Amino acid sequence: MDLSLLADPVFLAQNLVDGLSRGALYGVYAMGFTLIFGVLDILNLAHAATFMWCAFVGWLIMAAGGAPLPLGLVAAMIAGAAIALMLEFVAFRPLRREGADKLSSMISSIGASLIMVSVAEAVFGVQTRRFPNSVLNPKPFFIGGAGGVRISRAQILILAASVLLMVALGLFIRKSRMGKAIRAVAASQKAARLLGIDVNSVIVVTFLVGGALAGAAGILVALLTNNIVPGMGNQIELRGLAVVILGGMGNIEGAVVGGFLLGLVETLTIAYVPGGSDIKDAIAFLILFIILLVKPNGIMGRGKADRA
Amino acid sequence: MSLLEVRDLEVRYGSIEAVRGLSFSVEAGAIVAVIGANGAGKSSTLLALSGLVRASSGSIAFGGRDIAALRPDRIVRAGLVQVPEGRAILAPLTVAENIELGAWTRRDAAAEVAKDEERVYALFPRLAERRLQLAGSLSGGEQQMLAIGRALMAAPKLLLLDEPSMGLAPMLVSAIFETIAEIRRSGTTILLVEQNARQALRIADSGLVLAHGRLFKRGPSEELLADPAIVEAFLGKA
Ligand SMILES: Nc1ncnc2c1ncn2[C@@H]1O[C@H](COP(=O)(O)OP(=O)(O)OP(=O)(O)O)[C@@H](O)[C@H]1O
Ligand SMILES: [Mg+2]
Repeated sequence: MDLSLLADPVFLAQNLVDGLSRGALYGVYAMGFTLIFGVLDILNLAHAATFMWCAFVGWLIMAAGGAPLPLGLVAAMIAGAAIALMLEFVAFRPLRREGADKLSSMISSIGASLIMVSVAEAVFGVQTRRFPNSVLNPKPFFIGGAGGVRISRAQILILAASVLLMVALGLFIRKSRMGKAIRAVAASQKAARLLGIDVNSVIVVTFLVGGALAGAAGILVALLTNNIVPGMGNQIELRGLAVVILGGMGNIEGAVVGGFLLGLVETLTIAYVPGGSDIKDAIAFLILFIILLVKPNGIMGRGKADRA
Repeated sequence: MSLLEVRDLEVRYGSIEAVRGLSFSVEAGAIVAVIGANGAGKSSTLLALSGLVRASSGSIAFGGRDIAALRPDRIVRAGLVQVPEGRAILAPLTVAENIELGAWTRRDAAAEVAKDEERVYALFPRLAERRLQLAGSLSGGEQQMLAIGRALMAAPKLLLLDEPSMGLAPMLVSAIFETIAEIRRSGTTILLVEQNARQALRIADSGLVLAHGRLFKRGPSEELLADPAIVEAFLGKA
């Protein structure tokens, strides 16, 4: 540990800002992932590929098409919803109709993911795409003068959009009629059917919302890293899964808390542990492991008994 | 015309024939009890009526309309609502949310739904006290009340109850049967599957006795209650 750094409040604040914006992205990504898992009990392993495609869609319409940022975000979310809808009809529903087990559905989503990544490689090549400065002014703001905490425009946008999406999803799931139906289907498909809920249409809505969140995460990560490549889903895929498990499978609040936690742990490890950038994943996952030893169902997880 | 007309109903699970050519009808306004040994095919019959398992053959006419091929949600919309064996409450949702979702298929005014909600809470005051509690944390008896109350929110024409007294203390069993009689008085037709055959027949107008997936006997409740063969096999000593 570099102890002199610990005493520096600006350095700490800087890392909190960076960690929270990184964590917000994990949270947005994981919310969609965990929402779909909660309803179907299936890991949609094409979520990362959806995320990647949406980053390209956002890049296309902003960098190539000259659309403003908010429009790029909306376009990426619509693209995510559309891709997820296609996944439901091509990769999930046919298997569900045949009563296939959950493992086959996961495998069909892996297949879909591989196809989506290959198509992206064929279409976009492997070279990195970047946003021109006209899309996102790279000049950061400083809080507390030139020596203060640096916060980029991308970070401000990420934090604002993420918090907005988290609140919106929370309200939708808790308060709206459809949100309650989604929770009913997640709790028990049989019970939901007996209430007269059309389970398939609720699943469609779930995919639309989950895909839109993958889309938002895709474009926001692209803005932060400014590094858009067909393989960009790899970096978030396992972290997203870890966040979902950490938060409690299917638990949306848990995904948000877990996302921020992972973002902060990673950033603070890089900042305070010598050689931290090389071992940040090891440390982050060690911490996740310890948390799961104490809370095997995740930080917000419920026991299997209450989920049934 | 009867509210429900079932003709030659067959239900199979692979090679197992759970229901083998069952025909019966339920008149509007009645309580019909269904009794029979474990594995006789009672629950399978109800599941087929609700569309949760597909009848392999036979017809189901509800209100004059063939519903055998309808999706479960359409059947609920048509007014045929089931409280299944094991209750199927939504454990992670609150009592109030469970009740609210009971009205999922309702298309009438919110005021009407709200009125029914108050009626359900009046019928089951213990639910009213626990509106914000998670349904999974209710006792077994309270969960049964919730399941019945929730089904009533759909404003059913026909209510299917699969062993509503299962696992309840004797006091509560009588209370549940009383409630069922009350629900009928308010105009809902009821098909009641029960192991508590004697109590079920007492509140029912007529009964169906199933054995091995077939109709073994049917008749007015008093007749079945007095039939020595039925008493011997299904009712035991009073
Ligand atoms: N999902 C299933 N798969 C295979 N067989 C089943 C299934 N459900 C029921 N059965 C079989 O069908 C037959 C009838 O079962 P059902 O549940 O309808 O009986 P029941 O009259 O409701 O019995 P109980 O009084 O024990 O509830 C039984 O032999 C049972 O083993
Ligand atoms: Mg049964």
